[in-house]
Amino acid sequence: MLQVGLTHFLIVSAILFSLGIYGIVTRKNAVMVLMGIELVLNSANINFIAFSKYGNFGLSGQVIALFVIILAAAEAAIALAIVLNIYKTFSNVNVDEIDHLKE
Amino acid sequence: MNFYDIIFYIFAAITLLSALFVVTTRNIVHSAFYLLFTFFGVAGIYVLLGADFIAISQILIYVGGILILLLFGVMLTNKITNVEIRTGTVHMLPAAIATGIFMGAVVVVMVWTEWKSEPSATPLTTTTNIGHLLLTDYVLIFELLGILLLVALIGAASIARRDKE
Repeated sequence: MLQVGLTHFLIVSAILFSLGIYGIVTRKNAVMVLMGIELVLNSANINFIAFSKYGNFGLSGQVIALFVIILAAAEAAIALAIVLNIYKTFSNVNVDEIDHLKE
Repeated sequence: MNFYDIIFYIFAAITLLSALFVVTTRNIVHSAFYLLFTFFGVAGIYVLLGADFIAISQILIYVGGILILLLFGVMLTNKITNVEIRTGTVHMLPAAIATGIFMGAVVVVMVWTEWKSEPSATPLTTTTNIGHLLLTDYVLIFELLGILLLVALIGAASIARRDKE
C-alpha cells in the first residue's frame, strides 16, 4: 500500500481539487478566488500527467497539461484585469458585495 | 518503500499542507506565498511522473508569471499602507462539510476503481517528443492557443486601461 502507484497521485489530486473548491466557495476576496481556481487547474494537470504515464498513452497527457497551463495564464491575466476594473468602480473586490454590473 | 516513494510523500506533503494554508490563512499575502510552495510541490510531482518539460513550464509560468500577477492584483486592490491585508470568509462550516464529503467520495472512487496500470517507460527527455506532438497531432490546438494568447493579451490591456473621462 505504501508502494506509490497511480492511486496515490489520484488521491493527491483529489485532495488538492477539494481544497481549491473550498477556497473558491469560502473566500470573499476575488484574488483569493483566483488562487482557488489555480489549485483546481493544478489538480487536473496532475491527473492528466498521471494517466499519461500509467495508462501508457504516450505523451498526449503531457501536451494537454501544457495547454491547460497556457489557458491558466490567459485566464489569470483576463481575470485580474476585470478585478482591477471592479476595484476602480466599487473600491473593493469582495465578490459577495458586488451584485450589479455597473454603478 | 524505496527512495522514489519517500520523495513522493515529501512532495505530496509539501503540496497539500501549503494548499491547506492557502485556503485557510486570512492574510492574502501569506496565501500567495504558500501558493508558491504548492506550485513547487506540484512541479516535483510532475518530475516524479517523468514530465520534466511540464515541470519547468510549471515553475516558469506559474511561479514566474501567474503568482507575480496575483501579487500585483493583491497590491493594486488594497491600500498598500495596510500591512495586514485580510480577506473575509463566508459559509465556512457548510463549505467544509460539503467539500469534505465530496473529497471522501472522490477518494473512495479513486481507491476502489481498478485502474489500468501499466507504467510506460519514460523516455530520457520528453521535450523532443512533446515538440513533435505539438507540430503534428496537436498543431490545430497549438495555433488556436497562440491566437487565444494574443486575444487575451490585447483584451487584458484594453480592459485594465484607465478610461479618460
